[in-house]
Amino acid sequence: MTEPASIDASSLSIHNVNKWFTAPDGSLVAAVEGVSLSIAAGEMVCLVGPSGCGKSTLLRMIAGLDAPSSGELHVGGEEIAGPSEQRGLMFQDPNLFPWLTVRRNVQAGLVARGVLHQKRHEVEAFLRLVGLETFADVYPHQLSGGMAQRVALARALVNHPRVLLLDEPLGALDAFTRMRMQDEVLRLWEARGTTMLLVTHDIDEAIYMSDRIVIMTPRPGRIERILDIDLPRPRERNSPGFLALRSQILEMLHFAGRVA
Amino acid sequence: MSIQSLESPVRLAFQSSEKVRIRSKGAWISFLPFAATLLALTLHRLLPNGQTTLPMTGRYPLFLEWLLGSTFMLAIGDLLFWPVRRWLRPKAPLLTLGIVTLCVWDLVTLKLGWMPLPYFPGPDMVLRGLVDQRRSLLLNASQSLLLLSTGYAAGTIAGLFSGMSIGWSSKARYWGMPVLKVIGPIPATALIPLAMAIFSSSFFSGAALIALAVWFPVTMLTASGISNVRQSYLDVARTLGAGRLYLIFRVALPAAMPSIFIGLFMGLGAAFLTLIAAETVGVSAGLGYYVRWRQAYCEYDKVYAALIVMAVFFSAVMTLLFKVRDRILVWQKGVIKW
Repeated sequence: MTEPASIDASSLSIHNVNKWFTAPDGSLVAAVEGVSLSIAAGEMVCLVGPSGCGKSTLLRMIAGLDAPSSGELHVGGEEIAGPSEQRGLMFQDPNLFPWLTVRRNVQAGLVARGVLHQKRHEVEAFLRLVGLETFADVYPHQLSGGMAQRVALARALVNHPRVLLLDEPLGALDAFTRMRMQDEVLRLWEARGTTMLLVTHDIDEAIYMSDRIVIMTPRPGRIERILDIDLPRPRERNSPGFLALRSQILEMLHFAGRVA
Repeated sequence: MSIQSLESPVRLAFQSSEKVRIRSKGAWISFLPFAATLLALTLHRLLPNGQTTLPMTGRYPLFLEWLLGSTFMLAIGDLLFWPVRRWLRPKAPLLTLGIVTLCVWDLVTLKLGWMPLPYFPGPDMVLRGLVDQRRSLLLNASQSLLLLSTGYAAGTIAGLFSGMSIGWSSKARYWGMPVLKVIGPIPATALIPLAMAIFSSSFFSGAALIALAVWFPVTMLTASGISNVRQSYLDVARTLGAGRLYLIFRVALPAAMPSIFIGLFMGLGAAFLTLIAAETVGVSAGLGYYVRWRQAYCEYDKVYAALIVMAVFFSAVMTLLFKVRDRILVWQKGVIKW
């Protein structure tokens, strides 16, 4: 499936990527080692693994914020050379610009690209999409965690990125807000066909959302296993299939943890 | 809807009960300024003068009579009108203290003669100085304002520019930081001889000194604000398609604003100091010059009058900067307390 996928503009291919950091004592530490992964256009893939397994590093390389030490990353057949509005990024911290109102945060991408004039009408649509049109003129410090994360989502989507990279975006939310946000992200994903790569610590979240789960091991970060999730959508969090997968992955992670 | 209908009567009841409470309790507080004025006027009229070297002008008792009328009207207004009460109640004790201070000042100088003339004139003489010299004081204040704003604006612009360069570019930091570290800590006043040698006009040498005094803190805090911008803000902006200009002016600069304002406030303090020093030494205009000139003639009443004008002038400028900050940093409300 690698070949047809690489032609599509929103497919991702990662080939034998390594990333080393220099430790304070001058030695090299591998954060990501020998990672190869192909993601088809419109696929939802979750990266799961203990902390320090290089998930975030991998995501930053796909975003173009960090360069790999060796190996190649391609989006739609084109090598990733730096950040681009084609690859949106969302962190665990919403990182809203506190000096801008909600509306101005959402339209930041349009302003940055100098296309606000032509696309101003879309801003309102995105605000409605995340249900925050009544909070458009409020500053971020007045928002709750869930609301702030929804603004961050709208901001990341405003440029219509082909790929959306999500670095534990729901990690800081309470359980109920979190489940609602998962549905919201899924709804957007189904409606827009954006390729999504989601880093998470939460196995339930990974099973609930993804087409495939990539399990990584720490130090150095390597791909341990890739699982296809064939459960029909919309998924039931307490269906037998769901629960079976859950215990299977938990076992695997435990095993992975002991090896490392 | 049910919440609203529940809430509004409760809120109304609470508001009106609060009104009643304020009305019934502590109505005497609003009469305190009036009482203090009455005391000050009575003492001024009844006690014989201890300092008798100068003729009285009667301006101070006239002022007190006017104050007596005003404070009385305020106290009555307090009883009758809610907005007056809301304004006056919190300020009444402070106002009273101010009037008592005037009274004590009058006592220890004019009435009891504990403080020697001509160095410590009473409120009557200083008030006369203020009134008689109002033209001259206003003229000098406006000259000070011109010098201050020229120097402050130049220093701020230069400081923002150098601070942003040093904060953003590592090359600018390499070359700029040593210069900043060596020149910055020199008090601008120590460079008065140098400035006078460089600029033929005393106005420009004064403005340059003020600019230098402002430049250092503004540069320092702008640079630190810019270089401490959260990396994730910049990362997010880059994935949104931001170019260099957007990153500098739309992310780093607003993120650094709280720090920049600390620099602006420090710079303003330094500017006041340098302004007065420059006017006392070289510039032949402005409030600092006026104070030196009057002191040379031992006219201390006018010196104090100028000091009062200076206090009002400086705190007005300071308040203006606070207002600008509140407007620009409105997004910080509730995040950081000053």
